[in-house]
Formats: sequence, C-alpha cells, structure tokens
Amino acid sequence: MSDAESPQTTESIEPNEQRASPDPDFEPVSVFDDDSTMDLRPGADNCYKCSVCDTTCPVAEVDDDFPGPKFQGPEQWRLKRKDEGEIDDSIMSCSNCMRCDDACPSSVPLSQMHNAARGEYVDEQMDKLSVEYVRNRVLANYRTSAWFASKVPRLANFAMNFGPARWLMEKAMGVTSEREFPAFAAQTFREWWRERGGADASRENARAARERRGEAVDAEKKVAYFHGCYSNYNTPEVAKALVRVFESFGYEIVAPEQRCSGTPMFANGMLADAERAAEVNVSSFADLVERGYDAVASCTSCSMALKQEYPELFDIDGIDEVAENTFEALEYLRIQEDLEGQIAEASVEEQAFAYHAPCHARNQGVDRQAIELFRDLDGVVVEDVGDSCSGISGTYGWKEEKYETSMKIGGDMFEHMHDAAGDVGMTECPTCAMQMEHGTGYEIKHPLQLLEEALC
Amino acid sequence: MAIREDVLVVGGGIAGATAALAAAETGAQVRLLSHKKSTLRQASGLIDVLGAVGDNGTEVEPSGLVADPFEAVERLPNSHPYRVVGAAGIRDGLRVFDEAVGDAYAGTHTDRNALVLTHGGTVKPTARYPESVAPGLASAAEKTLLVGFAGLTDFDAPVAASHLDAAGVPFEVDGATVPFPVEFRDDALTTRLAKALDTDESGARRGLTDAVADHLDGHERVGFPAMLGDDDRREVRAELEDRLGAAVFEIPTGPPSLLGLRLEDLLFDALDEAGVRLSSGNPAVGYEAADGRIESVLVDRRGREVPYAADEFVLATGGLVGKGIDSDRESVSEPVFDCHVPHPEDRYDWSEPAAFGAHEFARFGVVPDGDLRPTDGSGDADFENLRAAGGVLGGADTAREKSAAGVSIATGAYAGRRAGESVTGREAEEATR
Ligand SMILES: Cc1cc2nc3c(=O)[nH]c(=O)nc-3n(C[C@H](O)[C@H](O)[C@H](O)COP(=O)(O)OP(=O)(O)OC[C@H]3O[C@@H](n4cnc5c(N)ncnc54)[C@H](O)[C@@H]3O)c2cc1C
Ligand code: SF4
Ligand code: SF4
Repeated sequence: MSDAESPQTTESIEPNEQRASPDPDFEPVSVFDDDSTMDLRPGADNCYKCSVCDTTCPVAEVDDDFPGPKFQGPEQWRLKRKDEGEIDDSIMSCSNCMRCDDACPSSVPLSQMHNAARGEYVDEQMDKLSVEYVRNRVLANYRTSAWFASKVPRLANFAMNFGPARWLMEKAMGVTSEREFPAFAAQTFREWWRERGGADASRENARAARERRGEAVDAEKKVAYFHGCYSNYNTPEVAKALVRVFESFGYEIVAPEQRCSGTPMFANGMLADAERAAEVNVSSFADLVERGYDAVASCTSCSMALKQEYPELFDIDGIDEVAENTFEALEYLRIQEDLEGQIAEASVEEQAFAYHAPCHARNQGVDRQAIELFRDLDGVVVEDVGDSCSGISGTYGWKEEKYETSMKIGGDMFEHMHDAAGDVGMTECPTCAMQMEHGTGYEIKHPLQLLEEALC
Repeated sequence: MAIREDVLVVGGGIAGATAALAAAETGAQVRLLSHKKSTLRQASGLIDVLGAVGDNGTEVEPSGLVADPFEAVERLPNSHPYRVVGAAGIRDGLRVFDEAVGDAYAGTHTDRNALVLTHGGTVKPTARYPESVAPGLASAAEKTLLVGFAGLTDFDAPVAASHLDAAGVPFEVDGATVPFPVEFRDDALTTRLAKALDTDESGARRGLTDAVADHLDGHERVGFPAMLGDDDRREVRAELEDRLGAAVFEIPTGPPSLLGLRLEDLLFDALDEAGVRLSSGNPAVGYEAADGRIESVLVDRRGREVPYAADEFVLATGGLVGKGIDSDRESVSEPVFDCHVPHPEDRYDWSEPAAFGAHEFARFGVVPDGDLRPTDGSGDADFENLRAAGGVLGGADTAREKSAAGVSIATGAYAGRRAGESVTGREAEEATR
C-alpha cells in the first residue's frame, strides 16, 4: 500500500460520531477587513438599488410576501447599522438558490449576507423547541436519517412513504405529504466501493486505462471524490458512473471520509451544524489536496459548498486550498481532457433528454456544459428546458408551508419539460431531480450516466 | 488545454452578444464568456445609434439633435469608434441586430431617428425600439394619455405629460394615475405586475381597462410604463387595445427594465440558435500570450484560473459601468489585458465641474487601431488577435451623444466578423494548400 491511500479513506463513518471541535462557538470569518466578526455592511454600500437581483429571485416572482434579495441583503444590513434591529423572519423564505449573487452588477455578496442573517435569525430569534426548528434540523441533517435508513433500506422505503406515517409527519412536523420520499438503494455507494476493492482496485483500473490510452503508466492523475449523501444512499448509480468514467480517463480515485456538504444546513440557518460537517470534510480533503489530489463532486450544490460557501463562512485550516482544488466532475474532465473530441467519436442508442441546469450549476458557470457536450454526441438530443429555477431548493420544497411556492416556481420548468422532445430528464442536482420527477413523472439521469454509456 | 474555440468573446453585454453573432456568421466556433448577468437588464431596451453631435465635431451639444445618424457620423471626432467602422459598419451592426430580434423591434424602415417618449417626459432620438413602443412615437400627432400606477414612484404620468407638453410635442397629452388592478405590496416587482397581466390574475386586464376608461376622453392612444405582460405581451396589449378602443404603447422605464430583460432574452436565444457556446458566472482575469498573440484567457473559477484557448479574441467588457474599465484614485486601467487607457495625470481634470459638462471620464477607454485592435501608448496594436468592442472603447461620450447601444453593435459586429474571418479565412487557406 502506498502513501496515497490511508486505510481510513475507504471506511464508512457513522454520521453521528462527532469530532472534537476546537472551538464550539461559531465564529465566522470576515471578508472585508481583519475584524474577527463577519461584517458585511461595507458590502451593502456597494448596492446602488438597481433591483436587478429582485428580478432574478424565483421566490419573489411568485410570493408577494417575500421582500426579495435587495431587502434581505443590503437593506437589512443597512438597517442593522443604525440600531441592533431583529432579522426579519422572511429570511426563512429565501431558498438559498444564490441566483441573486450572479445577477448583481456591483458584486454585493448577497447569498453570503443571507446565510449570515439566516444563521443569526435561527440562533437568536427562533424558538429551539418549535416544530419548525426541529423539522428544519431533521431535514437539514438528512444524512443522519439516511444513514439509519440505509441499514434497513426496504423497510425504510416502505415506512417513509406509508400513508398514515406521512399524514402524521405533515401534521406534527410540517413535512409535506405531497412528495414521495426518495428510495434508498439496497447497497450504498460506499458498500459497493469497498466490495470492489476501494482505492487499490481503482489504481489498477486507472493504470490499465493509461496504458490503453498511451499515457505514462505512472502519470499523476488522482482525484478525491466527494460523493455527498445522496449518491451514496439513494443514487449510487451516479457515483458508480463517476468512478467508471474517471477511471477510463486514467484517474485513480479515493473516496475519503466525508460528511454532508452542509448545503441543507446553510439553507436552514444551522451554521454550527454546517461548520462541524465542514471541519470533517476540509480536514480529510486538505490532506489529499496537499498530496496532489484534486477534489471532484457529482452534485453541483456540494461542489458549490466546498468552492464558495466554506471559505465565505468558515475559518478552517486548509479551507482555501480545498476550495481552490474542488471541481464539478464534468467541469474537471473538460478542463483536463479532450472530452469534446472523445464525445464526438462516440455514439449511443437514440435517446432524448430534457435538461435542467440547477441554480448552483449556474452559479459556478457550468450550467451550459451538458448541453454543449452532448450536442455532439451521436444518437442524443438534449434540450435545455429554460433558465427557471426548479423550485425545490433542497429541503425548501419539503416544508409543508413552502410546498405550494415550490411547485409554483417549478411550473415553468415542468411545462418546458413536457414541451421538450425527450421524456427522460437530466440534471446534476439530486433535489432538482426529485422535483423534476415529482412534477412530470419522468425518469431523471445525471450527465455522468450518459457519459458512462458513451465512453465506458 | 481542453477548453478551446475559434473565437472567444469576453463580455456578455450587447457588444459581446453582437460580436459573437457576427463571428458565428462566418462559420467559426464561438464562445461568449460573461462574468455577470448582462447590463441589458438595466438598460432601456432602446438602440440609440447617434442622437446628438456638436457642430464643430469636437464638442457635443445636447441641443444639436441628429435626424439622420448615418450622415452625422462624418461630424464626429477622428478618435470616435464610429470613424473606424464608418457608416457601413453601423449598417452591418444593425443588420446583425435586426436579424437577431426579428419583428420584436421596429425602426428598420428608415435611416432617420425615431423620437421615443421617455418615462421622465422627454423625447429621445433612437434608431431601434421594441414594437410595443412604436405606437407612442412623438412624431405621430395623436391625442395621448399617459397612465401611471399608484405606488410606482418611478413613473409619474401627470408630471411626464406636463413635461412633454412644455417640450412642445405636436399633440395633446394628459396624464392619469390609477391603482394597479391586483393588490401587491408597495415595492412590488415590475416582473410580478407583468406576470399578473400575463396570466390575467384576478381579471387584471379588465380591471386595468376599467380604471383607465374614466380618463379616456377622446384619447387616441394610451401609454403605460413597460410592464404590460411578459411571455404573452402581444396578447395583453391586443386585449387592452380592444377594450379601450385606442392604441396602447409602452414607455421604457428605468432599471430593472422589462424591455431590457426581453432584449436580453431575444439576444441570448439568437446566440443559442447560432450555436454560440455560453459561459457565465466567472470573470476573465488575465491571459497567456506568445509572439504577440494571445493564446488563452484565464478565467477565475472560484480561486482556480482556468485557461480558455482560442485563435481570436474580442474584448467587450463594457466601460466604467460594466467594469471593463477600472478606476481608482490614481489611474484608469483595463483589467483583463492591461491595455493602455489614456487619461489625464491629474485626477481633477477627469471631470468637469458642471454636472453635465463634457466629462473626460465618459470617453475613457482603450484606443483602437484601424482594425479595432487596442493599441499601446505609441499606437501599435497590443496583440495581433485581440479586438475591442462596445463600452470598453474610448473616444465616444455615449451618454451625451445618445449612441451607447449603437456603438456597441457597430463595433461588436465589426470585431466579431473580423475575428471570425481571420479563423475561417485561415482554415480555408489551409484547406486549399
Ligand atoms: C441603466 C442603463 C440604461 C441604458 N440605457 C440605454 C439606452 O437607452 N439606449 C442605449 O442605446 N443604450 C443604453 N444603455 C447602454 C447599453 O445597454 C450598454 O451598456 C452599452 O452599449 C455598453 O455595452 P457593452 O456590451 O459594451 O458593455 P456592458 O453592457 O457594460 O457589458 C459588459 C459585460 O461584460 C462583462 N464583463 C465585464 N468584465 C468582465 C470580465 N473580466 N470577465 C468576463 N466578463 C466581464 C459584464 O458582466 C457584462 O456582461 C444603458 C445602460 C445602462 C446601464
Ligand atoms: S438566494 Fe435565491 S431565493 Fe434567496 S433571495 Fe437570492 S435569489 Fe431569492
Ligand atoms: S443587484 Fe446588487 S446593486 Fe442592484 S439592488 Fe441588488 S444588491 Fe443592490
């Protein structure tokens, strides 16, 4: 065994096993000066009130009670400067889609302001015994529930969608009974990965591929895979596709110890939970990055968290190095390999897809890549279903009181999906996929799965 | 290096979009790279080509309104970008634009400027305007009613009407303020008002016409702020006209502007149609070059610089507003390629004391050669394969001349076409060899 693999990299870690945190109090970093608290007020001064952010906010478009990102961000921070006012509770209606970030011509750090305000609201103003708080906490800590469920997947699949249980969940917890819970896989990705031989097997596959491709057998092609919770517990076929595609390009893969990326926790204002998860993730990926690995993720919200939200919100050793070396999976291959050339030579059985770009793909500038790439793939038609938000935004659309807003936002997308030629959906984000399936009944695939079909 | 195109256009405003369309026309593979959402969302949606020129060619007098922009180009100073592309370049830019937007815009029937009513109650010379604006031109002597919505402070119809009256428009004009038929919070988004008319929420269309009917006293046309529907805007306007028995038109608004949003959609649909690849969300921050040619532009993807390679490049990052030109206390610069931007040594010479004087900073920008390539201080092109278009070019005071979008599409079309031809021409040459 070489030093590239330490035994714990393939070990499954119990979700509720907590690492000792050096500082249990949440201490966000400052972005604008050396002050030790997060002071985003100078960012508010950059706002010249053009309201362009408001016109891109999917929640404001359908919910007249939601004052929009301009209010949530710069205006609220400006008010706070005058006196120590409370955070307006409408902050909980922001779905953290981060579209406003991308829209602001003046680079006001809107989503960072929203994350900070939400954190403060939950910490200081929300009743910790309220149903809403408990429900949000359970939803945000999806991985814990998923970990239990994965031990008894069949029972969990039945129980989670069992009518009376769902009725009770809606009444007592505020989890909408309109949605079907995603099915848990009989075998998790990590179980499969271990059974397959873990990193050792991957190294061998990668070496064989390099030889086949005429590359140096010892080439430094190493990636650390952030699979996240969903492709581990629910859609291991996506994670397996990533493994096979990357190996076919000669990359050896490790699947290090990891927690939830924190995305659902940011969105629910549970910054301390998110920070604990981030600490584990950063520490295990930072070691690998130092040893020449790049981090890749198959979920666009996970890559977004590692690339942007972590360094914006937390101060953890190695966080910047991890952020700089994290990539969305397709993005990575496009930068490193002649993916386009390989696709142009491949062909698959005839099929048509209705593609939706997740908001968090948009924010990373990777929202067009699936369309661009598969345009050249023989046998495939991929249609973009427009730039609207799917409306689910992670845990948002699961909340009983948000369900209707969520479906209203998704309306445009459903319509365009029906209009598109294909009756299979495609997206990079697992919760967008849930929403697409829920709204249309279509089967949904990840671009990596089509790539696997084309190249492996 | 894996991300590679024939032509890479940097900047997603109207200049970049036009450049990408023109380059794609030559058969080149084009990518349009943009940091933020386009500034088109804030713009009025009007395409001003040239509205005012000073008589002596160097000074621009607001009073010197231009009737025929093509003829007036000659009177611009030599350093003006229009003098590089000429009247033919302006025509070509408009052609690219007209083909992209189709019948959503009017103004193609004449070389002469149209006079459009603005939400401030002035009249503005422009070359292309949304079809929904067309029935409201100042040249038509029809008794006009302007209608504003209570709570919408951006447009005060009675004030606008009295301004127009004072300006001596050749028709009778009145203003009225009515409540919007669906109740929204006070600072409701224009997009939500538009949507309500689109879907006819709670009978919004009928409610609106009922409210306006009381003020309709022989008026032949009725103007509303531009929020009459979004996806179904034609249907909305037709129904309002039908119910009112008068022509209905839209008045361009300040940001956020629905007409600007619609123009952005139109142009991006055209880009998609033309097979242009689109990347947005990350800024260009530098470049790699060898032998006087740029090889790639470096794009900052959250901390990691990724090279985007191409044979030809177009710089269309906008002026001081679009962040294509940067200024701090000491100097003015072009941040991506570090092109030369001339400016007075003394900061106090940058602007005139009078608010509407001939601000020096309004003309700040890169200095092009005869092929729109940015030049260094001594007049030589910085790079063989880099051209510039739109607001990043110096030498035009687009706000005072009323030429912003015109300069962008004329120079965009020129730079894009030249970039595309350099590649496809070279390819053709290689093929015959
Ligand atoms: C409020 C407002 C009202 C207007 N009204 C009118 C009008 O009535 N009539 C008219 O003719 N014109 C009008 N305009 C002007 C017009 O819309 C254009 O802004 C102008 O023509 C300049 O266009 P441009 O494409 O050169 O630059 P911009 O529109 O400024 O676009 C620049 C683009 O480059 C991108 N960019 C900048 N730096 C980088 C980088 N480093 N990397 C990648 N991308 C980058 C920006 O994100 C942006 O998308 C108005 C503009 C504004 C803001
Ligand atoms: S993050 Fe999304 S939902 Fe929240 S304010 Fe911004 S645009 Fe609206
Ligand atoms: S887009 Fe930016 S500048 Fe405009 S209102 Fe929103 S925060 Fe302010």
